[in-house]
Amino acid sequence: MQVYVNGEDKELGDGLSLLDLLNILNLPIQRIAVELNRSVVRRAEWASTPLKDDDRVEIVHFVGGGSFGRIEKKMSVESQQR
Amino acid sequence: MSTALTVKETDDVFEIGDLTFTSRLIIGTGKYRSHAEMQRAHEASGAEMVTVAVRRVPLDRSSESFLDYLDPKLKILPNTAGCYSADDAVRTARLAREALQTDLLKLEVIGDQTTLFPDNEQTLEAARILVKEGFVVLPYFNDDLIMAKKLLDAGCVAIMPLAAPIGSGLGVQNPANLRIMREQLPDATIIVDAGVGTASDAAIAMELGADAVLMNTAIAEAQDAAKMAEAMKLAIKAGRLAYMSGRMPKRLYASASSPLAGVIK
Repeated sequence: MQVYVNGEDKELGDGLSLLDLLNILNLPIQRIAVELNRSVVRRAEWASTPLKDDDRVEIVHFVGGGSFGRIEKKMSVESQQR
Repeated sequence: MSTALTVKETDDVFEIGDLTFTSRLIIGTGKYRSHAEMQRAHEASGAEMVTVAVRRVPLDRSSESFLDYLDPKLKILPNTAGCYSADDAVRTARLAREALQTDLLKLEVIGDQTTLFPDNEQTLEAARILVKEGFVVLPYFNDDLIMAKKLLDAGCVAIMPLAAPIGSGLGVQNPANLRIMREQLPDATIIVDAGVGTASDAAIAMELGADAVLMNTAIAEAQDAAKMAEAMKLAIKAGRLAYMSGRMPKRLYASASSPLAGVIK
């Protein structure tokens, strides 16, 4: 099946849950939030929420910002270590 | 959700909903040159609350949580920065609440890319929806009294008028509007958000009767962010004290400070 994750299309096997998707993407699952077809899916329901063809998934986290924020220029971990 | 913060020097505390703060400075977390610089600035500012933005997780690389770079003592105020419609802001707010388990929200709906002025109509629409959903809403808006009243009527816990365009550093451009807002809405919590450039701008906002100031760029883009953060802390304190003390009236002509009698002839 094909699902759209943060605007990118991903080809996935059938029968996967939202939690399976997060694991496949190897994302840190702390302090993120997930929206499926414009509705928030609570963390406790990730494992029991099946994905289907053409689903739209948004996975968000927090970044530095104040107002609006030119976040594309936001610092990277690398720049701090340099 | 209440936080126990030590009251130092003064009982003049600042409240948002059931939260109590001693600092009247709220700061952003963007545009710093490094995480270390941001941490030094946060510490020097004495701020007890910082605001963070919500963005898509990059899928092509592993990313650490930005929140790990924030002092755990800081209260986190998620914002809807970058949203251009009530719908986007409401979705972003719901995601922020789910991820952080907080009802606090700085609502920001931008109307135009060049000025980053808020879309007041969309902001009000989003505020009404979010208040009904139990959010503690702090909306960024144009410094307009009528809009302020509508946002408060919608149930916003505080209102956040701009001083000048976001990131402009121009300082309070319309002091009369802020004064009128203060006088007409004596019980409202007014937080000046955006446009402050240096310490005197923050002091002026506080002297006009703001309850607090939120800023990001003024600190992050200063050549020494930590020093500017400390300057802002002091300016906000000075401005608050000046407001509380009730300033002398302005006069067109001189008024001697020394006694007129007893001058040698």
